Amino acid sequence: MTVGFDEMRGMDGAVREHYGGYDRWLAEQPPQAMRTRRDEAEVIFRRVGITFAVYGAKDDDASGGNGGTERLIPFDLIPRVIPADEWREMERGLRQRVTALNRFIHDVYHGQEILKAGVVPADQVLGNAQYRAEMKGVDVAGDVYSHIAGIDIVRAANADGTGSYYVLEDNLRVPSGVSYMLENRKMMMRLFPELFSQHRIAPVAHYPDLLLETLRSVAPAAVNDPTVVVLTPGMYNSAYFEHAFLAQQMGIELVEGQDLFVDDNFVYMRTTQGPKRVDVIYRRVDDDFLDPLAFRKDSTLGCEGLLGAYRAGNVTLSNAIGTGVADDKSIYPFVPKMIEFYLGERPILQNVPTYVCRDPADLGYVLEHLGELVVKEVHGAGGYGMLVGPAATQAEIEDFRGALKADPARYIAQPTLALSTCPTFVESGIAPRHIDLRPFVLSGKTVQMVPGGLTRVALKEGSLVVNSSQGGGTKDTWILEA
Amino acid sequence: MLSRTADHLFWMARYMERAENTARMLDVNYQMSLLPQSEDAAERGWRGLLSISELSHDFAKRHGKVTPKSVIEYMVSDADNGSSIRSCLMAARENARAVRGTLTTEVWETQNQTWLEFQRMIASDAFERGPAEAFEWVKFRSHLSRGVTVGTMLQDEAFHFLRIGSFLERADNTARMLDVKFHAVENDFVGFGPDAAAARLRYGMSSSQSQSQNQSAGGASQSQSQSQSGGGSQRQSQSQGAENGKDVEFDFYHWSAVLRSVSGFEVYRKVYRNVIRPEKVAELLILRPDMPRSLAACMHEVVSNLQRVANEQSKDTLRLAGRLDADLQYGRIDEIIATGLHAYLTQFLERVNSLGAGIGRDFLVPVRP
Repeated sequence: MTVGFDEMRGMDGAVREHYGGYDRWLAEQPPQAMRTRRDEAEVIFRRVGITFAVYGAKDDDASGGNGGTERLIPFDLIPRVIPADEWREMERGLRQRVTALNRFIHDVYHGQEILKAGVVPADQVLGNAQYRAEMKGVDVAGDVYSHIAGIDIVRAANADGTGSYYVLEDNLRVPSGVSYMLENRKMMMRLFPELFSQHRIAPVAHYPDLLLETLRSVAPAAVNDPTVVVLTPGMYNSAYFEHAFLAQQMGIELVEGQDLFVDDNFVYMRTTQGPKRVDVIYRRVDDDFLDPLAFRKDSTLGCEGLLGAYRAGNVTLSNAIGTGVADDKSIYPFVPKMIEFYLGERPILQNVPTYVCRDPADLGYVLEHLGELVVKEVHGAGGYGMLVGPAATQAEIEDFRGALKADPARYIAQPTLALSTCPTFVESGIAPRHIDLRPFVLSGKTVQMVPGGLTRVALKEGSLVVNSSQGGGTKDTWILEA
Repeated sequence: MLSRTADHLFWMARYMERAENTARMLDVNYQMSLLPQSEDAAERGWRGLLSISELSHDFAKRHGKVTPKSVIEYMVSDADNGSSIRSCLMAARENARAVRGTLTTEVWETQNQTWLEFQRMIASDAFERGPAEAFEWVKFRSHLSRGVTVGTMLQDEAFHFLRIGSFLERADNTARMLDVKFHAVENDFVGFGPDAAAARLRYGMSSSQSQSQNQSAGGASQSQSQSQSGGGSQRQSQSQGAENGKDVEFDFYHWSAVLRSVSGFEVYRKVYRNVIRPEKVAELLILRPDMPRSLAACMHEVVSNLQRVANEQSKDTLRLAGRLDADLQYGRIDEIIATGLHAYLTQFLERVNSLGAGIGRDFLVPVRP
């Protein structure tokens, strides 16, 4: 990690062109003004209740009541700016990647052409814990599986000081964070309206509209005016705010499993006026918990018989069951090949070079270079169960070495990327912090997205972990027309 | 609308209303405690407050002696007391949070802000440093919550369930408060304690009348005929008694406190343009349709909101509500007093209770087809 890439400044310290306007504005702000704005933002976020729950944490502000701990996700005042031409290229890449991933999932549950062609090892797909045999041969509306995909992208420095974007991971099950993207923008416009009149910043507020359009477009074919609902595990879930927010923004019901029932393979919700048919369920509940008859018997978050109704084609689940087979970290290395296989195109977005520990040669390399690599659990998410070699203690490295040897197939490893930094307002003033980007890609009749996505920032100096559960914050993301 | 959503809305409104009513009663008791009065009388006030919420037993178990400080603490910030202001505001907020998408942003933020500010007030001992001001704050947050609901919510089912919750709770609270306040006075008439004679004099009521009151209070329906016959003379004797100077003074503070706890003091003057008399207080708080915290006004709101959400199975519940409403609409205070106020209010509370259960059954509790 000798060279870094800063989003705002080049190697020589000069401000990059697309940050010029912001830099001039920032120079005019007295430091106290920024502090005041930050406090103001915090008060507003708390009042609005834009909080998330942390698992296993103690209440820090006693506001939680009888369940989870409610915390604010730290919001950083300094935006992450991406020039429009860079975004256009990224958008093409995202469209291409998500289209190929959806084709892959369809293929896995139908003809399995890609396995027959030996492009992706069959045992790795069919033996995957995320492979759902229940989905074999099931036709889903429009052959689309991951209607809402969150693709994590990072920029890393090249040796010559330039930066390149890489896809770090695909989130094809229940990606979250889009509400923060929307709320961050609202907050920025409220705190700094003048910045928005000085810059041409692409708007994002129409996301719920696109989402609703996408969900309606994948309703069962026989339904004319589909009833769409959001299914949440409930108010103690870490992303509850987002579930409630999206339901409200789309003007649709936010349901829990207990509100639904299945009768004769159709799904209904219990309303004050009796049962009402449900056609599309934007579910924010994992596969395992969807239907106690089919999956985990102890689940109280789902609805008995849902899988049956789904397989009968009477309800659309969004995302589909079984998408995890394509965003598993052990499948990730094959995505560029999928793009070539299904679309006959050269991948626009690059993958991070990945060592698959189930491969003995790769494992050997990984064990020798633990101190330089990032090691991740194949099924892990949210920054849990990973080792960042350069930042780890010797004891942590040895711990991981043991785990790796015991069950190598559970892990992959990647070189520690020099994640790009962005100036961030921290206690000591303005300092560079590492960031990533999660654009949200919507696939229905067409593939659509709003410009940008959610920028997450690792607030601890030097830290590369941006997850909110691990002390990460967020920033507004500007796609800037010149 | 989802039954669960309706349920959360109904309870959100109920808890907010309950917090307000608790604050009202605490406030009035606190104000009373600033007046010169015997220790006994003061303690009676605080005891009455606990018995309104059916908490005397729980309080005695956990705190023993009744002191203003211990009762206020118990009713304001005790997390283990489900009726404390803290518990009510938290429950209101948790219910709101569960359906925040159904509420307008303003309604949700008001509810959330109330809870956040309340915690800050508890942390800074606001209820000890300035109880009156703090109780006033609770009332105002409740006003705000209702106002922002009326001012921003679409008048759809969600709105109606919120309103039903508010008014059903208010009817319940007003009835309880009346019952305890009248009951407290009645107990003084009967002659259980050594104070009885003095109390009789204090309240300026004849012993014959207090007997008939007590019978109806204790013996409920079987004593009805007896107490009915005493109804006419009763009012007379009360007004006679009130002519004694000392008694007038005490009467005034007792009944004006009752009125104040429902913001009814000024209303009373406006409506009756006369000295404060118990039976008029009862009439105002039970039968006046234009008095916003009266049983009649509350039931009227419950019925009209219930009619708008009626479904196929709610016929019986609507009938129950309608009859209750009609009884209040066509009731007369002399008849009610003749029946015995306590019996009347006990029955009213039972009817409100079964109405609440009916609403739960027809709308809130999920039913499979």
